[in-house]
Amino acid sequence: MLLALPLARREAEPETPGRPDDATGARQVIRRFLRHRLAVMGLVILAALAVLALFGRQIAPHDPNAIIADVTTDAPSPGHPLGLDPVGRDNLSRLIDATRISLSVGVGSVAIYVTIGVILGALAGYFGGWVDMVIMRLADVVLSFPTLMLILVVTAVVGPSFWNVILVLGLLGWPPVARLVRGEFLTLREREFTQAARALGARDSRIIFRHILPNASGPILVAATFGTAQAILVEAALSFLGLGVQPPQASWGNMLIAAQSLTVLEEKPWMWLPPGLMIFISVLAINFVGDGLRDALDPRLRR
Amino acid sequence: MALAAPLQQAQGETLVRVENLKKWYPVTGGSIISRVVGHVKAVDGVSFTIRRGETFGLVGESGCGKTTLGKVLLRLQEPTAGAVYFEGRNIFELNKEEMRKLRREMQIIFQDPYASLNPRMTVGEIIGEPLEIHGVARGREKEKRVQQLLEVVGLASYHARRYPHEFSGGQRQRIGIARALALNPKLIVCDEPVSALDVSIQSQILNLLSDLQKEFGLTYLFIAHGLAVVKHISDRVGVMYLGKLVEIADKREIYANPRHPYTEALMSAIPIPDPTVRRERIILEGDVPSPINPPSGCRFHTRCRLAEEICREVEPSLVDIGNDHWVACHVRTR
Repeated sequence: MLLALPLARREAEPETPGRPDDATGARQVIRRFLRHRLAVMGLVILAALAVLALFGRQIAPHDPNAIIADVTTDAPSPGHPLGLDPVGRDNLSRLIDATRISLSVGVGSVAIYVTIGVILGALAGYFGGWVDMVIMRLADVVLSFPTLMLILVVTAVVGPSFWNVILVLGLLGWPPVARLVRGEFLTLREREFTQAARALGARDSRIIFRHILPNASGPILVAATFGTAQAILVEAALSFLGLGVQPPQASWGNMLIAAQSLTVLEEKPWMWLPPGLMIFISVLAINFVGDGLRDALDPRLRR
Repeated sequence: MALAAPLQQAQGETLVRVENLKKWYPVTGGSIISRVVGHVKAVDGVSFTIRRGETFGLVGESGCGKTTLGKVLLRLQEPTAGAVYFEGRNIFELNKEEMRKLRREMQIIFQDPYASLNPRMTVGEIIGEPLEIHGVARGREKEKRVQQLLEVVGLASYHARRYPHEFSGGQRQRIGIARALALNPKLIVCDEPVSALDVSIQSQILNLLSDLQKEFGLTYLFIAHGLAVVKHISDRVGVMYLGKLVEIADKREIYANPRHPYTEALMSAIPIPDPTVRRERIILEGDVPSPINPPSGCRFHTRCRLAEEICREVEPSLVDIGNDHWVACHVRTR
């Protein structure tokens, strides 16, 4: 058939209609992100939380650790809209101050374990063989421990503190990320554009960082955002059990300790509802931002 | 055209010599301890030469090992045995860095233009990458070269800012061609470059490839699964069956006078655009046997209409029957 056709000379096929303002790279990503309403909302909330975290001491109406002696009730009052905690400290100021702690734990521990997970997963997936074998068995071992139990034991041994919580969460959280990254590398390594890069003489580092990693960034980013939310929750749980951030330093989790008393839970919702809400809002906002970023980074998804 | 004179002289000189090349993939079995229970013999002892400036067409059914052959020939995969000499040097003896440098000389165009371009890079980055890797051009100079390349393959320079998904299949294949051309290679392996395209676009790409060959003095190894496409572009043709070359000859020779029964069957499958022509069709019985346990003797004997006793026992080797026409068939070379 082919031979029978009069062979057309070199002329381009009808092309896709060009957009005159075809922006490139970062600008396009930002534009696509801004089209995602929930993600923008999440980002605004996160920005507000970040401001609270950075300037909490200046914004808070009182010293979060000072005991207010001249107020006789712990119920909300004009000077103390969220009332006082059982020790007599201003709840609003503590809530604001705790933002820094909770966000740092979330971001810090995830930064540690995503770094470890990406490096180990990339090595395992790209090089395969015994490297893969050793790394993945190590991941299996770490994953086979009951997580919360292990975290409790480790924090009990090294002593509960802000930095130890970050380190423990960071050093134990990597296996799921490593598995995810390994899977992505296994498929992307065999894709034709990776082979094309190899045929062009690209070094392993270039293939990994320019060709494979950018195409795996979506799932990694989603894992990181969900992970941040998860870490905030785990920190809250640890602090609630008394093995996380230690008083007098406030964290959302240890503010919830007040709710361990039934009377507080039933009659003084201003003590535990605000930190609970803060956890809920921040986790939700982070997840929305993760969703939006994933879609914005993928140039194939655009409307 | 100062290039033309030395090129004429160079015609007929060997650029690539493939010697007894084998690529076997291990098949593992066993539930707890995996062990090798057999091999897929994708390429099993192939020898041929590609001359400077020619197009060597390689045809065969799906799964006969032609794509594997192309990839091993570029050392994208390591061979099980054998050698590939590129300008006299065995490429499998080069170390990693020497091989990396040699890649400037040998490039590949892939079958699937949708999978062979990184979706996260702009077309300009894709075509400019080889220049960057080998330190040929940077910055403004690189951009200029990318625009030249785009124009050479029939695209426009403003396409450099776009992403691959914004293009049609034919346009993407042009991008792949521009990338392969960027380093002025001597050899380009074209791995079924038009199989994934519409028929109307196939001819455009084939014409582009032959124009570029004339312009830049390229040598092609052109892989395809039908003789029709290969007939249009090749100078010499090799026919592959189950990991072996069964016939090699000049294009005119092989189309006028196919000697191997498998080649004959492929020939009779080329449609003739004339409804009044009657001819005898040779229709092959059965499927291609498994390359894990290929038939003994001549691998084609299970489907061959000429098969005799000897074909089941002795493996035929390629024999020159004159006119630089090589056939691996006991019956036809007697």
